[in-house]
Amino acid sequence: MKVLVPVKRVIDYNVKVRVKADGSGVDLANVKMSMNPFDEIAVEEAIRLKEAGTADEVVAVSIGVKQAQETLRTALAMGADRAILIVAAADAHQDIEPLAVAKILKAVIDEEQPNLVLAGKQAIDNDMNATGQMLSALLGWSQATFASKLEVNGDNAVVTREVDGGLQTIKVKLPAIVTVDLRLNQPRYASLPNIMKAKKKPLGEKTAADYGVDVSPRLEVVKTAEPEARQAGEIVPDVDTLVAKLKERGVV
Amino acid sequence: MAVLLLGEVNDGELALDPTAKAVNAAKALGEVTVLCAGASAAAAGAAAAKIEGVAKVLVAEHPALSHRLAEPTAAMIVSLAGDYSHIMAPATSDAKNVMPRVAALLDVMVISDVSGVVDADTFERPIYAGNAIQTVRSKDAKKVVTLRTSAFKAAGKGGPAKVETVDVPGDPGLSEWVEDKVAESDRPELTSAGVVVSGGRGVGSQGDFALIEKLADKLGAAVGASRAAVDAGFAPNDWQVGQTGKVVAPELYVAVGISGAIQHLAGMKDSKIIVAINKDPDAPIFQIADYGLVADLFQAVPELIEKL
Ligand SMILES: Cc1cc2nc3c(=O)[nH]c(=O)nc-3n(C[C@H](O)[C@H](O)[C@H](O)COP(=O)(O)OP(=O)(O)OC[C@H]3O[C@@H](n4cnc5c(N)ncnc54)[C@H](O)[C@@H]3O)c2cc1C
Ligand SMILES: Cc1cc2nc3c(=O)[nH]c(=O)nc-3n(C[C@H](O)[C@H](O)[C@H](O)COP(=O)(O)OP(=O)(O)OC[C@H]3O[C@@H](n4cnc5c(N)ncnc54)[C@H](O)[C@@H]3O)c2cc1C
Repeated sequence: MKVLVPVKRVIDYNVKVRVKADGSGVDLANVKMSMNPFDEIAVEEAIRLKEAGTADEVVAVSIGVKQAQETLRTALAMGADRAILIVAAADAHQDIEPLAVAKILKAVIDEEQPNLVLAGKQAIDNDMNATGQMLSALLGWSQATFASKLEVNGDNAVVTREVDGGLQTIKVKLPAIVTVDLRLNQPRYASLPNIMKAKKKPLGEKTAADYGVDVSPRLEVVKTAEPEARQAGEIVPDVDTLVAKLKERGVV
Repeated sequence: MAVLLLGEVNDGELALDPTAKAVNAAKALGEVTVLCAGASAAAAGAAAAKIEGVAKVLVAEHPALSHRLAEPTAAMIVSLAGDYSHIMAPATSDAKNVMPRVAALLDVMVISDVSGVVDADTFERPIYAGNAIQTVRSKDAKKVVTLRTSAFKAAGKGGPAKVETVDVPGDPGLSEWVEDKVAESDRPELTSAGVVVSGGRGVGSQGDFALIEKLADKLGAAVGASRAAVDAGFAPNDWQVGQTGKVVAPELYVAVGISGAIQHLAGMKDSKIIVAINKDPDAPIFQIADYGLVADLFQAVPELIEKL
């Protein structure tokens, strides 16, 4: 079985995000970029499927700027077999919308014919939570989002999903798209020897135009602003004062 | 302009709070038709008809629509899409599952987790864990939108609007439901509760999380948790508040043993009053708390329970 894992290069989750003064977006110049944390979980799950003998090949795919190569090298160092970069943007500030990403991924999937796609539930930059579902729609495949447990058996997968009320388990026909949630696994760190080995693994490069996909955005960004800042209040000395303050505000 | 709004239906019942909030956000854009879909949805439809601002309710009943599986639900919505300029839903986990699929089937972009409706084409949404608010204008002919319920007030009572049943395209047969594990609770629902008490890694164990629950019950509150507390198994996944969990904006939010990571703040910083109890005076949570108490939670929380 072949598993395809789309991985996105995003601002590192520890970086303090700054909105550009002209309101045009978020400043990404000279900030640390990393693999989207959910995608690390997806890569980890794919590698575990390979280690368990369920999968025989893991292919990582990224769509974006040239530097997304680094993200793909990370996936390769974790254990992916090969990688495909689709260059679709000249600048990190030019993000590709989930619909366009899904269209490109569909074209890649038509060529690669994987049985399973493991994507992140959301990218922590734009928080759209959309790409996997859109891809699944374009392919006419089944989808299982927000997975906290995945079991592949022959022609189906049983997936436990984190939903508002608790957990839901569904059985999906393969091929399927599964988007992964935080508690599916704990991703490994790449070891130094594996980082070295990853440099020799195949990394193909294409462009969005190679697949004939129009990546021009449907959503025009009118402006990007800082949210209203919340002021720090006061430190109260003891529980009695806290109770008195809350009573004063009428909330208890 | 006309809006088709997917009502939140769980096991045949309407979740009134998220649906009424979404109706309120949508009604400025045009006549609102609420779709209630499920294996049984008539009762939900009748409830939706009594929300102020609802012009019409469509009830779609079919076994394939039970448990809100994405593929049949998306196909259902797409079959109705022709008549509407906007297709909207409260941003629940069900809608987040279904609506991007709907959008892709219609070849339009989904606009997720909208916190403000500017006009028919223009919407505000938080990005980067709420560190920035982006205003986007959609160029698509149809807008597919999920609405962050904590950002809108619920519409009141009205109607009743007329209720019609609609045909269901059927089951594409791609996936099937196996089971739900839903914890029954007498506590208010997390995203609509007036008071939320959340515990973090500082609580230390699943056993000690009972202390958080006791404080919550004293306040008639819902219980929340940080990701660290959920990951450690102190609390179930559906209690997680944050960027990748639930977004809440209660009158009172009490954070106990939570440091205040940006991903946690993303889910609660719009609460009206925030109280933080943490033994570390430098914990970032104090920078956004209205009232901070620097104390060991194992002393402060029992005392608080006693004095409230
Ligand atoms: C600073 C800034 C500037 C912007 N500028 C523009 C602009 O000029 N024009 C415009 O139209 N929009 C712009 N946007 C909006 C943006 O294009 C979309 O909102 C964004 O693409 C949403 O996607 P997401 O990453 O949240 O996807 P999600 O659907 O949340 O991603 C889920 C998963 O899909 C996969 N995935 C997603 N993207 C990729 C990828 N590129 N490669 C491989 N896998 C992927 C990963 O597995 C990921 O975990 C901008 C946003 C910002 C913050
Ligand atoms: C992709 C991604 C998504 C994420 N999404 C979320 C999310 O949705 N929600 C979320 O919450 N987090 C999320 N996180 C995790 C987030 O970054 C933090 O790791 C997490 O919020 C920390 O939880 P905490 O505050 O409980 O733990 P810690 O940061 O460990 O803080 C524990 C606090 O308890 C205090 N404490 C300890 N003992 C006591 C005591 N006896 N009395 C009083 N105080 C005490 C300590 O001083 C400390 O401040 C996400 C992270 C990533 C990478």
